[in-house]
Amino acid sequence: MRAKSKQVLTAATSLILVAGLVAGCGNNANSGNNANAGTNAEQTNGGGTETNAAAGGNAPAEGASAERYEETVTLKMLIDNQTSTEGLKAVTDEIEKRFNIKTEYELRPGGGEGDNLVKTRLVSGEMTDLNFYNAGSLFKSLQPEKYFVDLTSEPFMQNVMESFLPTVSVGDKVYAAPSGSSQAGAWLYNKKVYAELGLSVPKTWDELMANNEKIKAAGKTAVIGSYKDSWTSQLILLADYYNVQAEAPTFADDFTNNKAKFETTPAAVRGFEKLASVKDYMNKDYLATTYDQALKMLVDGTGVHYPMLTFALSNIFATYPDKIDDIGVFAQPGDSADKNGLTVWMPAAISIYKESKNIEAAKKWMSFFVTPEAMALMATKAKPEGPYVIKGAKLPDDAYGGVKDMMPYFDNNTNAPALEFLSPLKGPNLPQITVEAGAGMKSPADSAKAYDKDVEKQAKQLGIAGW
Amino acid sequence: MTKLSKHYYSYAFILPLGIIYFIFFLLPTLMSFFFSLTRWDLADWEFIGLENYVTFFSESSLTIGFRNTLIYAVVTCVLKVVLGLLLAVALTSNLRSKGYLRSVVFFPTLLSTIAVGIAFSTLMHPTQGLINQGLSYLNIVGPDWLGDTSIALLSVAFVDVWKGVGMATVIYIAGIMSIPQDYSEALQIDGGTAFDKFKHITIPLTAPAMNSVIILSFIGGLRSFDLVWAMTKGGPGFSTDLIASIIYKQYQGGFYGLATAGNVILFIGVSLLAFPLFMLLSKREVDL
Repeated sequence: MRAKSKQVLTAATSLILVAGLVAGCGNNANSGNNANAGTNAEQTNGGGTETNAAAGGNAPAEGASAERYEETVTLKMLIDNQTSTEGLKAVTDEIEKRFNIKTEYELRPGGGEGDNLVKTRLVSGEMTDLNFYNAGSLFKSLQPEKYFVDLTSEPFMQNVMESFLPTVSVGDKVYAAPSGSSQAGAWLYNKKVYAELGLSVPKTWDELMANNEKIKAAGKTAVIGSYKDSWTSQLILLADYYNVQAEAPTFADDFTNNKAKFETTPAAVRGFEKLASVKDYMNKDYLATTYDQALKMLVDGTGVHYPMLTFALSNIFATYPDKIDDIGVFAQPGDSADKNGLTVWMPAAISIYKESKNIEAAKKWMSFFVTPEAMALMATKAKPEGPYVIKGAKLPDDAYGGVKDMMPYFDNNTNAPALEFLSPLKGPNLPQITVEAGAGMKSPADSAKAYDKDVEKQAKQLGIAGW
Repeated sequence: MTKLSKHYYSYAFILPLGIIYFIFFLLPTLMSFFFSLTRWDLADWEFIGLENYVTFFSESSLTIGFRNTLIYAVVTCVLKVVLGLLLAVALTSNLRSKGYLRSVVFFPTLLSTIAVGIAFSTLMHPTQGLINQGLSYLNIVGPDWLGDTSIALLSVAFVDVWKGVGMATVIYIAGIMSIPQDYSEALQIDGGTAFDKFKHITIPLTAPAMNSVIILSFIGGLRSFDLVWAMTKGGPGFSTDLIASIIYKQYQGGFYGLATAGNVILFIGVSLLAFPLFMLLSKREVDL
């Protein structure tokens, strides 16, 4: 009998131990909630003035003191570790000064790992108040209608250019604000070498190839390939979208609705053909070259063209500030000179988490963020990589020369967003497929076919209607 | 009933660990069989039958993946078995700096795979890497180790062997040390050579050690992922994709159901290869 009670006692104590463990975890979670609840209470104190802030979104400087929270509200923003936060901080410091809203940056990895991290945090209910994330197809794959605050009727959204809105909308509802300047997918080139060799900016693909030939003859690398970072191999294909749209204006919708394929659309296959045709002009070790090494080649002038996103200008400016004016930008040319235009990438999106305890403060934060004033503040620390998508925000006078090269395409309205901002579909294997096409392992037609298959898989996995 | 109540004292002790094992291992394993049959976005799932398996098998890079995985597993396994044995024999002989050499051979095993991968991909750079620069002093133009699709996989396999052979050697050394001295004394009396010793004593009597090395390195090769990911990310194109890296890419694409189906396939595939191999090998073990 006595032995038995001992057994029971042991069993009971081991249970208590386990229970203690579980409770320990639970306590931590609770204390976290309490802290949140605390900020929540502070935030509701100042909540009454929120509508004022929103209405005065255009000119929040007036009466800013009235909109100030009594006690500091802290917003957390999840952001990838590849984006420079310098410019953002210039804006959030001002927000803290004006509204007593502090912004804490929480870093996450970029790329596919970042995507999974964001999705996991959303599903497990642990997203930060603000989420900094790509606009376009990636944003839509997060199911924004489920997780983010609908901003459609917020007055401050009037400040955002119409061209940005579709990239963060589901149906006719808008779920995010832009984080800064747009950029272009284009050809960066070394102006010094261009001047030395007496070359002029090409308006057609044939002219570009003729330039390549001359550069090659001069003993330099005409086109820099950096396929070790396989994402960089996609640029020629993606930056060709203006030309695709010029030939096939309904391609984006047809592509999304399973009516048009890359393989059967000549204008789309053309992108793969262009990619394959520059192989002989690339540096010999293009399969082992990284993005950073490519930038160095471009700046040194050992490489002359680099098809890339214009955020590379900021990287160049950070590492080689005295060489930034040597770098120019031109749009990837099409087959005829009168249809020459630029493919544009939208800025990342900032959205507000639906379950956040600080939605009102986050809206106030955003109402300042999307003003020309905020963009001007941002430009003091981080120069834009393209025009802003905030109405009335102007490029600073000291903008990169490369960005100024882009302006005619905006002034003449010869630009189009990249396909990934028009369609929720972007096959995840595209970097590998473009490496194969660019390295000549597969023919352009076969690559187009492989990409169609990749997209089909994605559409089926995401359960998109019509596939 | 009496039996259970007699033992429940010990069951009570197993219980906490059992719960942890169940929650963190058994349950996810069982759930993965279910989720492999669904379209799953972590929050919601929709039952779609065997469609994920069909998709996974029609994946264009999968044929390359299966072939690469087999090549990789066989190459790394054979090299580790052979080199490990030779190193172990050398390191159990009367070498003077035996202790030092043993630690040199074992040292790579202690390094992080990712660090090794990054270091070697720098060393193997076709123009600026140490390996090809060294070769150029000998007037040899080295190949693009990781860029040439025909040798990239073997380059990665070589690094895997460099890193893993130390473990194989240690297992062999333990096996060789446990052979009683009587056998070699008998051999000496009969006038056998060192090669006779290797052939008639060392090889048969280290069979259990060799079996462990074969099984461990073969299974390790089949499910290898980290080194390939650090060195080539499956590239250029799909030329060094292994099954595990294909699965990881599905996961990165957000295709959670599909990735789970891939893991179930990998699990079944490894079991189908490893169990018969284990049976076959354990049959030929010799009792000491």
